[in-house]
Amino acid sequence: MIKARTLQDLFKRYRRPGDLAYAVIWFAFSVFLLISLPQETSWASGTKFLAQPAFWPYAAVIAMLAFSGLHLVSSLISERLEGRWVEIAHWLKSFEFGAWFLAYVVLVPRIGYLPATLLFTVILALRLGYRSPRMLGAAALFGLVVVVVFKSLLRVNVPGGAAYELLPPGLASFMLTYF
Amino acid sequence: MDTFLSGIELLLRWDVALALLIGSIGGVIIGAIPGVGAAVAIAILLPTTFALDPIVGLTLLLGVYGSSMYGGALPAILINTPGTAVNALTTYDGYPMTRRGEARRALALAYSASFWGGMFGILCLIFLSPLLALVAPHFGSREIFLAALLGIILVVLAHRGQVFAAGGLAAFGILLHTVGLDVRYNQRMTFEQSWLTGGFNLIVVVLGLFALSQAFLLLTDKDSAPEAQPVQGSLFSAMRETWAYKRVATVAGSFGVLMGMIPGVGEFTAQFMSYTYARRSSATPEAFGDGAPEGLIASEAANNAVPAAAMIPLLALGIPGEALTAMMLSVFYVHNVIPGPQLFQGQLDFVYALYVAMILLNVIVLVFLIFSTNLLTRIIQVPTRFLGMVILTLSFVGVFSLRNSVTDCAIAAGFGVLGLILKRLNLPIVPIVLGMVLGGIMEVKLRSAMIRVNSPLDFVDRPIAAILAGAIVLILVLHVRTLRKEHLARLSEAQIDHEMHDTQQR
Repeated sequence: MIKARTLQDLFKRYRRPGDLAYAVIWFAFSVFLLISLPQETSWASGTKFLAQPAFWPYAAVIAMLAFSGLHLVSSLISERLEGRWVEIAHWLKSFEFGAWFLAYVVLVPRIGYLPATLLFTVILALRLGYRSPRMLGAAALFGLVVVVVFKSLLRVNVPGGAAYELLPPGLASFMLTYF
Repeated sequence: MDTFLSGIELLLRWDVALALLIGSIGGVIIGAIPGVGAAVAIAILLPTTFALDPIVGLTLLLGVYGSSMYGGALPAILINTPGTAVNALTTYDGYPMTRRGEARRALALAYSASFWGGMFGILCLIFLSPLLALVAPHFGSREIFLAALLGIILVVLAHRGQVFAAGGLAAFGILLHTVGLDVRYNQRMTFEQSWLTGGFNLIVVVLGLFALSQAFLLLTDKDSAPEAQPVQGSLFSAMRETWAYKRVATVAGSFGVLMGMIPGVGEFTAQFMSYTYARRSSATPEAFGDGAPEGLIASEAANNAVPAAAMIPLLALGIPGEALTAMMLSVFYVHNVIPGPQLFQGQLDFVYALYVAMILLNVIVLVFLIFSTNLLTRIIQVPTRFLGMVILTLSFVGVFSLRNSVTDCAIAAGFGVLGLILKRLNLPIVPIVLGMVLGGIMEVKLRSAMIRVNSPLDFVDRPIAAILAGAIVLILVLHVRTLRKEHLARLSEAQIDHEMHDTQQR
């Protein structure tokens, strides 16, 4: 928990390891955008400068470049903080869970919302290191509650699974509507 | 009075009552669980509310917004971990009270101060509404443009110590809004990619930045479960003590209302001003930070007065002042209700209905907390990685139900990774969302304003426009002055704390 010396400190944000890597990437991205601007925008004839369709992309990218340039300079002249690469490795760990999320997204229209959610919550709970029947049961129960609340009761727009078509007709239409 | 009664009539429906109950109680629980926060919950709930009537959807979201800070005080006081970002200051005086064995007193003061602040904010606004209905029509295109520009500038400058990064992120938000087809149906910033032609959907970006990033953050970190001890004794009887501090609570509520109305400012500044006022006017200023009841009251009364006030720029001008009202704006748009001067003039009953809903939610939350605080201490013990899995599963409903698009989910996952990086670096994500929303407003309003503007001075030839332009200049000048002062009194790098602060991650 923060224990700031003054109250102002509470509202400040400080640099963390990885700041320089972020500043370099953000600056490079801004330069790339600046170079792309002429091809990616168009200027209309007979329109005032501030009302041009290209005005806001130019304003945004120039502001990005200015701020990211200043951020990069301030990062370069600041003392080095240990642990930069450990921090970047931590960022990369999030890709694994991004992939889990996308696998779930791809699975739902194929095997159905209920089976996909149960599979996702239980297998992900196992991946996270939970082994006790209590936690795995809680994961499965949570999956079931989510499907019942959002699909069966609130009828949110999630398509039925293609696999449901393989069920007997009555059951298939029930599953397609509610799960 | 007739308008007020017709506003109440709008609320007399079972679905509104249910939304109010679920929103307010759900908001308390969400606020009390460290690691979730109202922004994550609202982002996930947004697409679900699109299918509901605007009053039902907005009541649900307002319920979550208005009640999460009540819940956030609980872990702040009991375990020194704020439930939501704006409860950080509550730990300063709340946790020392718990260590002294005064947990019940601290919780009772926090809840009653929150109630005081919340009700004070709403009552101020009910009385202010007729005045706002008179002033709002004087906001034309250039005034709304300048107010949105002021909002962007304030949100950047509010991130002290990270102004460069916040400025870059706000500009990135404005850029995101420009991607897609421009007014003349030409491709703009699409890089010949068909998936960029439709532009970036605000909900997809918000879900990625707030919800998915939070899931990734919890999933990639070590598992932990907060442990809070149950509280002994009745909270209700202890709440009366707040009456002894009514001056501090009222002043804090006033700061909350004032700061909440200004786009881009919000809870932190209100708390800062209230806390400073409470300390200066206290007979025992040395007790602040070590369990001073006035400090706790200043923090909680100020932050709870903000939600009602934050609805003012949103409803009267169509300008959201922070991320949560920016998300709510999309509910209006989906139902083709355009917030702005016309709403305040023509549908004042709808506005009153929202205020009455907020009064009710404050009452529901207070009653719920009096009887359920010990139940909440058990609910908040969810392990953090499990919570990450929960958020990831719920985020799917939010993103996929929008238009069943795998591309949307991939974009949201991309923004989730960006959000994780920003949170790990203690950098703010709010400027991206505000940049995106206010960028859209600025582009439209500036284009329509330019029809009547021939010279730069024409832009500020109306009183409100001149005041707004003057405020922008004044804020920039004052910021430069503050920078100079801070530079002279700066700390050495070794004295600065470089730890991650979870209060800055939600």
